[in-house]
Amino acid sequence: MEKLLNDFSVGLFFWQTLLFIVLLFLLRKFAWKPILNAVNEREDSIKEALNAAEDAKREMAKLKSSNEDLLNQARAERDEMLKEARGIKDNIVANAKTTAKVEAEKIVAAARESIQHEKMAAITELKNQVAVLSIEIAEKILKNELSSADKQKTIIDNIVKDIHLN
Amino acid sequence: MRVKILVKTLSLLLLISPIVLFAQHENENKIDEKEIISEELSEEATKSFERKEYINHHLKDAYDFTIWHEKGIEFPLPVILWDNGLQVFSSSKFHHGEAVAISNGNFYKLFHNKIYKTDELGTINLDEHQHATNTKPLDFSITKNVFTILLISIFIFFLFMRFAKTYQNNLVPKKGGKFFEPLILFVRDEIAIPNIGKKHYKKYMSYLLTIFFFIWFLNLAGMTPLGIGVTNNIAVTFALAMFTFFITQFTSNKNYWKHIFWMPGVPVPMKFILAPIELLGVFIKPFALMIRLYANMTAGHIVLMSLIGLLYVFTNWFAKGAFLGLTLFLSIIELLVAFLQAYIFTMLTALYFGGAVAEHDEH
Repeated sequence: MEKLLNDFSVGLFFWQTLLFIVLLFLLRKFAWKPILNAVNEREDSIKEALNAAEDAKREMAKLKSSNEDLLNQARAERDEMLKEARGIKDNIVANAKTTAKVEAEKIVAAARESIQHEKMAAITELKNQVAVLSIEIAEKILKNELSSADKQKTIIDNIVKDIHLN
Repeated sequence: MRVKILVKTLSLLLLISPIVLFAQHENENKIDEKEIISEELSEEATKSFERKEYINHHLKDAYDFTIWHEKGIEFPLPVILWDNGLQVFSSSKFHHGEAVAISNGNFYKLFHNKIYKTDELGTINLDEHQHATNTKPLDFSITKNVFTILLISIFIFFLFMRFAKTYQNNLVPKKGGKFFEPLILFVRDEIAIPNIGKKHYKKYMSYLLTIFFFIWFLNLAGMTPLGIGVTNNIAVTFALAMFTFFITQFTSNKNYWKHIFWMPGVPVPMKFILAPIELLGVFIKPFALMIRLYANMTAGHIVLMSLIGLLYVFTNWFAKGAFLGLTLFLSIIELLVAFLQAYIFTMLTALYFGGAVAEHDEH
């Protein structure tokens, strides 16, 4: 202990104290403050950047979910539209079918009518023909029957006989 | 790559150089021995004594800065004394303690590396314990240690100022900053914040960083063979511990004092017993800081130098090799200790600061 005290140099203590205080204040002003500030600033900016990234991520997720929603909505809309279209189509087809049916029936009816007409015309003509033919035949027969006087007499007799009978 | 090689070479030189210097000293001793061989001391005892003296001298402060004693590469430092006015003269006037320095009609002489006021002939009066009884003037000399502190302080200042400048344009550390920023963050995140707390740590950061790098760099400087072990000087560690002590007291809140004088949560008689103990603790804490750093650094240097000395005691080459290996190993351990002591000092300082500003919400 005595040796320690003997070794204690007041001058060294004085200079050490003085130099250390000067060094402390110089370093504080020119080194530690700028360094620590810069480090803090950097850490803050990193934190900020991380937060921003997190926010962006959240935003993205939100966007994604909203996109999903939009997509779902669109899909639903499309489905509905398709359904509607299908309904319309069915309607149109049904309508068309009905109209076609009506039309066809009309046509068929008209056809039938015209066929009837034709038929009637044909029948009439046939009747006329038959009549003509019948007259011709009757003429021929008559000519044949009345070709001789005997025959004419027989006929007249027959007719007269018939009259008597009546 | 080039820097890497340079660093490696330098550290290797640093580890080997004490051995080389010792070798030169040893050669010189041999010449001295021839001169004093007639004395009653045996050769071995003389050598042993010389070694002890050399180690002591190496550890002690000096009035001139010796780079290579044997080649005479050294330069004198200013001696500043307060003795009826300021006396300033070059330490070269002492001629390594052989001559009497004269300044303004006063005579001074070195005795056991201390300045004493003497008469014209440089007479040193000794008491029965071989202590000088001459008056000692107040000594404010720029000694080797003061000079080293100055150099290291300037070095630290410019190093970190340049480092701080690189932050002006971008927030990413460059070059040296890549090495020092993790250390600064280490002091902040591992020492300051856990011990002091997030609320108060900011005002102590400058002091903690300064004291950490100051002690570490001085410890490292002490590892060089220049014999500038500043931190193994009790005056230096006392000054550092004193700063911690005063900052602790002046920044403390009333909780701190309450815990010293009127410990809450214990019975009243215990309060009376605890108060003096706590009060004593206030002074013991910085005292322990002072002794810890001083003793660790001094012991490290003595062990290392003794091992190097052993290299020359043994003539067996196997033993020499073994001690060389051991010396290298211990040098590396000492490099670790240099960092560790700086860390412990800063850490305990932060712990005391933490105690001074603790809020004690739990009571």
